[in-house]
Amino acid sequence: MSFTRRQVFGLTIGAAAFVAAGSRVSFAATDQTEEAIKAFTGGAEPKEGTVSLDTPEIAENGNTVPVGVSVESPMTADSFVESVLILADGNPNPAVATFHFTAMSGAAEAKTRIRLAKTQNVIAVAKMNDGSTFIDRKEVKVTIGGCGG
Amino acid sequence: MADPKPRVKVPKKAAAGEVITIKTLISHPMESGQRKDKQGNLIPRQIINKFTCEFNGQVVFSCDMDPAVSANPYVEFNAKVNESGTFKFTWVDDDGSVYESENKITVE
Repeated sequence: MSFTRRQVFGLTIGAAAFVAAGSRVSFAATDQTEEAIKAFTGGAEPKEGTVSLDTPEIAENGNTVPVGVSVESPMTADSFVESVLILADGNPNPAVATFHFTAMSGAAEAKTRIRLAKTQNVIAVAKMNDGSTFIDRKEVKVTIGGCGG
Repeated sequence: MADPKPRVKVPKKAAAGEVITIKTLISHPMESGQRKDKQGNLIPRQIINKFTCEFNGQVVFSCDMDPAVSANPYVEFNAKVNESGTFKFTWVDDDGSVYESENKITVE
């Protein structure tokens, strides 16, 4: 089976639309998360890229999930990462932690361990000193939830 | 509750301008405020809500924590050192107590 140029275009656009629609549905139930992102960015829509999350694909124990975040930045006095917000959209309260960097940090990287109640998206939003914002999302599958009962 | 004990790992020596990795951990239950005791009453929240690292009096890195940070909060981050000095680490508890730890570093 071979595709014409037109078919390939149609498929690509269709697939992109599907992905976009899918992501909108899955985040509709997480208004709190969206609000937290807006409050952090000051209403701006953060761009993809620059910031990257390092999470395990599957976390056996939701009580301690190692999470790392790194942001590409020269980290000089003129251009550095101000802060990185970590959110978990399926927790009772999406806020996890906020890292504040300075030019003295050398590299905008931090690691910590977090609690995840169930399988969900972990989100990192980075804010640069010039006000631009970047976002990264990763899904983490959780076998045993970490909120206790 | 046992007294929270901070544990910090900082290299003893570094070259000038080197970016070093600092690992910190403090023993603390980080009670989330979501759990219930045997009688079904909510256990009140008690967490460490703020961590700060200073080098020679200047803030290098700080972190605001929410209940979703695991018990015995572990934080790993970087710092660029240009001169010998002292790193001071501060953890602030919900009940107002402050835990501190200091580490010296020699730059060659």
